Amino acid sequence: MNSNILGVINLIHEADEMETLTASRCLATVPFGARYRLIDFMLSSMVNSGISKVAVFAQTKYRSLIDHLGSGKHWDLHHRQSGLFILPPVTDDVNEVRRGDLYHFYQHRDYFTRSSQEYVLVTRSHMICNIDFEEMLVSHKASGASITVICKRQNELLGGKARKVQVDDKGRITSMQDHYGRLNTDLISMEMYLMKKDLLLEIVDSSLAQGQDHLVRHAIMSRLDRLHVQSYIYEGYLGVVNTLTSYYQNSMQLLRPDVWKSLFFEPGPIYTKVKDEPPARYAEGAKTSNSLVANGCIIEGTVINSILFRGVHVRKGAVVRNSIIMQNGIVGEHSIVDHVILDKDVTVERSRELRGAEVSPFLATKRKVI
Amino acid sequence: MGRKRMVAMLLAGGEGKRLGVLTKDLAKPAVHFGGKYRIIDFTLSNCTHSGIDTIGVLTQYQPLVLNTYLGIGSPWGLDRRDGGMAILPPYVKQKGGMWYKGTANAIYQNMGFIDRYDPDYVLVISGDHIYTMDYELMLQEHEERGADVTIACIEVSLKEASRFGIMHVDDEGMITAFEEKPKVPTSNLASMGIYIFSWPVLQQYLIRDEANRSSSNDFGKDIIPAMLQDGVRLNSYTFKGYWKDVGTLESLWEANMDLLSEKPVLDLNDKNWRIYSVNPNRPAHYTAATAEVYDSLITEGCIVEGLVHRSVLFYGVQAGVESEVYESVIMPNVKIGKGARIYKAIIGENAIIADGVVIGDPSKETVTVIGSDEFVAANQSLQEVE
Repeated sequence: MNSNILGVINLIHEADEMETLTASRCLATVPFGARYRLIDFMLSSMVNSGISKVAVFAQTKYRSLIDHLGSGKHWDLHHRQSGLFILPPVTDDVNEVRRGDLYHFYQHRDYFTRSSQEYVLVTRSHMICNIDFEEMLVSHKASGASITVICKRQNELLGGKARKVQVDDKGRITSMQDHYGRLNTDLISMEMYLMKKDLLLEIVDSSLAQGQDHLVRHAIMSRLDRLHVQSYIYEGYLGVVNTLTSYYQNSMQLLRPDVWKSLFFEPGPIYTKVKDEPPARYAEGAKTSNSLVANGCIIEGTVINSILFRGVHVRKGAVVRNSIIMQNGIVGEHSIVDHVILDKDVTVERSRELRGAEVSPFLATKRKVI
Repeated sequence: MGRKRMVAMLLAGGEGKRLGVLTKDLAKPAVHFGGKYRIIDFTLSNCTHSGIDTIGVLTQYQPLVLNTYLGIGSPWGLDRRDGGMAILPPYVKQKGGMWYKGTANAIYQNMGFIDRYDPDYVLVISGDHIYTMDYELMLQEHEERGADVTIACIEVSLKEASRFGIMHVDDEGMITAFEEKPKVPTSNLASMGIYIFSWPVLQQYLIRDEANRSSSNDFGKDIIPAMLQDGVRLNSYTFKGYWKDVGTLESLWEANMDLLSEKPVLDLNDKNWRIYSVNPNRPAHYTAATAEVYDSLITEGCIVEGLVHRSVLFYGVQAGVESEVYESVIMPNVKIGKGARIYKAIIGENAIIADGVVIGDPSKETVTVIGSDEFVAANQSLQEVE
């Protein structure tokens, strides 16, 4: 059955401190978890919740986004009437691209008015989770709220940055602050907003008329006294991935089998673009411990506490420890890498030694030869 | 609809009796192979890489899983506007329908399908062999030699030759004689069951063969011998590379083991010749601190906590703490309990091996097989099932 919710993954001004991981790609397409991109988690949750029409509001560096998402068929979003819509800025002047996201909603209001769905779910791409939005809609209707925001009780953000939220005893949001705010709370916003489509369109028009152009900061945070904004608590695994430290530390969380099982399977599977890589090959003499290894890898050396993306080659005598090696990386004979993130297609030649630290892993940019 | 230079007809109706419990509910081409594939993926991927975009897949025995798997051919790039993949089961006609009586009859009954594309050539292949091959090169030779038929051949040892259809060829590679499974082989050139026919010639022989009531309607037994007798130009195309008929449990096990050597002859990692398949959506596999894995293929979705040596693990396999798996093929979603040991076995998909169970015997040469969905309880240790 098709959901009554229209999905929007809003990449406009999605802030990150990911250093060179976002040098040539947007945050949404940063590779994560051995074979995924960040946006896969949100897309899969939407699809698993029955949402069949999703718009991705692209802003900058979206070549990798278009390449990754294609027609949307890998997420089963390749439909006759609905499916996936990648909506880049509509603008005559490049300076307009800098304006707030409400302009973007305004420019693409046809997407909303042409859809029959009654509700809109607006999310970001950097919240790593696996969530059932249908349950959220039930809770939204029951509370009678205008807007429902998904929140999570989480003290330790592993270096990630998220807005802080305070609620009253009925779960109504009384206060919301940016990550640097002083609000004393363990409740954070997952930046997922569910509301009626008509309300969203009204907010867009009235805010823009008042010279406001940010959906959350202006249209929601400054109206908490007038709008009933309700919290909905998510209990599953959450990784807030928008800084390099949080990227590294949340990746390492995937090596916990309980996290692996819940994030990738419950309530539904996570989909991604299919690559026809063969199973990973372990050679005679390979050693592996506490690691995630994707298809297409060839392991001849030692891999400990690490994450290997598709098509990585760890050659004889090489040692990979506490590291993340992205697609098609090569670690040469007798090289040692420890606390290292290698972006795609990086080659570490033989007998090299690369070391980073847990709080600041060594990061090699795409296609580098070391 | 546009004309096609060559249309492929893929025989996928094989029952695969010799694969025992593995083909109880499954056509042979749908049997799992190589950690993430099914046998038919190899021929379909070969077609795609050879530039063939029109394929009729002839199904008959237990088609449910196979049909679902093939879908509209998208994983192999065969969901095309003109041509693409068509599944061709036997069907009812005005004068009553019938099952496919033999390989040639299966093509005969679908002559209408081939004629829609008005092709120059028809490639006949089967879905139960593991190999990678560029059919375009074979077609080029077929044209260069002005042949009516080209049969792909591979050199086998004389000892094995009695299991195959054996060719005798002249100095130019033209076939002079053909023997089906000879008791005392005098040549070691075996037919790979891959044929390119010039369509008008094949058409003529299919019609003639159908009219012959004593014929078994088989390419190897009837069509090829009849053509030889009439002096039709039959060319042999010698193939060098990996090719394996996985029709028996032993050969299926061997073919899986062949993928493991340091430089396997059949290179699944070849970026220019990817084997396409329906990809299950599973996360990267996890090896625990207690895991020891060498000389093995491990697929996404596995959780390995024990020892895996010279084995192929399909997606979603869970191997518990202190379990040991040697020289085995573990099909999708099998659960191996704590301390269980498996020697030289094929474990069918979704089977559950309880804690401490021992399967197979390291001192014996035979392959032990556990069927799909079976539960092997703790007090039940199996040396031999077959």
